[in-house]
Amino acid sequence: MNAPAYNFAYLDEQTKRMIRRAILKAIAIPGYQVPFASREMPMPYGWGTGGVQVTAAILGPSDVLKVIDQGSDDTTNAISIRKFFAKTAGVATTTSTADATVIQTRHRIPEASLQSGQVLVYQVPIPEPLRFLEPRETETRRMHALGEYGLMHVKLYEDIARFGHIATAYAYPVKVNARYVMDPSPTPKFDNPKMDNSPALQLFGAGREKRIYAIPPYTQVVSLDFEDHPFTRYRFDAPCALCGAEDAYLDEIVTDDQGSRMFVCSDTDYCENRQAAGHRGSESAAPHKERAHD
Amino acid sequence: MTDAHGTDEALLVAEGLGKSYGRLTACQDISFSLYPGEVLAIVGESGSGKTTLLQLLSAQLAPTSGRVSYRMRDGVLRDLASLGEAERRFLFRTDWGYVHQDPAQGLRMAVSAGANVGERLMAVGWKHYGRIRQTASSWLERVEIDTARIDDAPRTYSGGMRQRLQIARNLVTEPRLVFMDEPTGGLDVSVQARLLDLMRNLVSELGLAAIVVTHDLAVARLLSHRVMVMKGGRVIETGLTDQVLDDPHEPYTQLLVSSILPP
Repeated sequence: MNAPAYNFAYLDEQTKRMIRRAILKAIAIPGYQVPFASREMPMPYGWGTGGVQVTAAILGPSDVLKVIDQGSDDTTNAISIRKFFAKTAGVATTTSTADATVIQTRHRIPEASLQSGQVLVYQVPIPEPLRFLEPRETETRRMHALGEYGLMHVKLYEDIARFGHIATAYAYPVKVNARYVMDPSPTPKFDNPKMDNSPALQLFGAGREKRIYAIPPYTQVVSLDFEDHPFTRYRFDAPCALCGAEDAYLDEIVTDDQGSRMFVCSDTDYCENRQAAGHRGSESAAPHKERAHD
Repeated sequence: MTDAHGTDEALLVAEGLGKSYGRLTACQDISFSLYPGEVLAIVGESGSGKTTLLQLLSAQLAPTSGRVSYRMRDGVLRDLASLGEAERRFLFRTDWGYVHQDPAQGLRMAVSAGANVGERLMAVGWKHYGRIRQTASSWLERVEIDTARIDDAPRTYSGGMRQRLQIARNLVTEPRLVFMDEPTGGLDVSVQARLLDLMRNLVSELGLAAIVVTHDLAVARLLSHRVMVMKGGRVIETGLTDQVLDDPHEPYTQLLVSSILPP
């Protein structure tokens, strides 16, 4: 510990116990939103207060932490959370997906497949998938309890009626373990299939809404759809401009004011590993020119 | 009515039904049976307990005394109070319909008409977009809504269209019993006439049983086979519609009937 002023991983032990109990319950009932007494964190709501609390509760001294924001290791949010835990818990941090034991994420699931023993912690803004159709919390809880999920299909129906296809591209509702309908946080629906039967434990923390939910390892996660409009992944139809990856989720980057753009992997670690292994895209003149630094 | 419809097994039975809020009694001691295919009108002035009664019958309110039993699709008569919440809600969205006076209460105003009609189908597990849409559009046709407006939200509809959409939304799962709370309230006369005509056709076509709460005796006369007159939370007169309206016995019913302006 290099920060004696704080308890290990910032939160006090009682709070961590409370959060761990919520996590255990969430794991026992896959997809169910467990209420917990969310604490104020030294960061604003919407910056990952839920994810940070979950991470603080599960972190041990021997853990290796990776934090990503929109797939990237080197954005403000990712760097500051990584530094936060480096300072308050003194744990080792990494940008490598394979080396990490705990990965806190906002809006993405890493491209490299996760391993048994790894924990993926999601930051969740609005945990309730039914919220925009049913504003009453009492009613949505009842609907979850009774498994009344017709309303979720109403949303998908509206998409098809309006756009001709299911236009929901992120926060795409899933059914966990054939029971609870769950909002996978605003990850792109491209990542939905990665949640199914994943060997890693997936934890979701919503700080403002005070909910924790989980997908235990090797749990069935099915994206909702219609028989005649099946679920499809979505990605830009281009290879990554830096590493040439055909299978990764891409960010669209505007490069000038003349309408030029390039598509690059949103997962920086994946992209860098591919470039290091010799893969090249159309614009990768100088591979490895940048790495995330702590 | 029982003979005309060839069954003597009641669909819904109310026994000694009462609801009070402290010293205030909303309705008391109400007993009747409703048979399949029968339309019962509950008439009375406002504040006479009509809507409370409707809510008691549809298990939205728990009665203070008495009970309501309903014959489930398997033929067993069951006390509604003994049903679990899940069963009750399932009943409500499959075997029953509830038409609100204000369509905004019974519809999702922000989603399209097609989704409004399809919601019940999706709730019972329909997962085929094409079939849901086809069923929704055939129901819109039946309630005389232009199918070109299937993707419009009901908030763009007129009052009469909203009410017809609400009826379509309720009937899509082919319920056996429909509760209607002042279904023609707030509509202008010509729209009322069309709606009544439509409801009468649907009821006879589908063999629906219906309980219609109304203060409009014309609605009762057009739609119902039987009438219950309520005053001060009690049923004061009941009988066949023509009988009650043409030859009222109770002074209050006489007053009610005579207060209709002659055409």
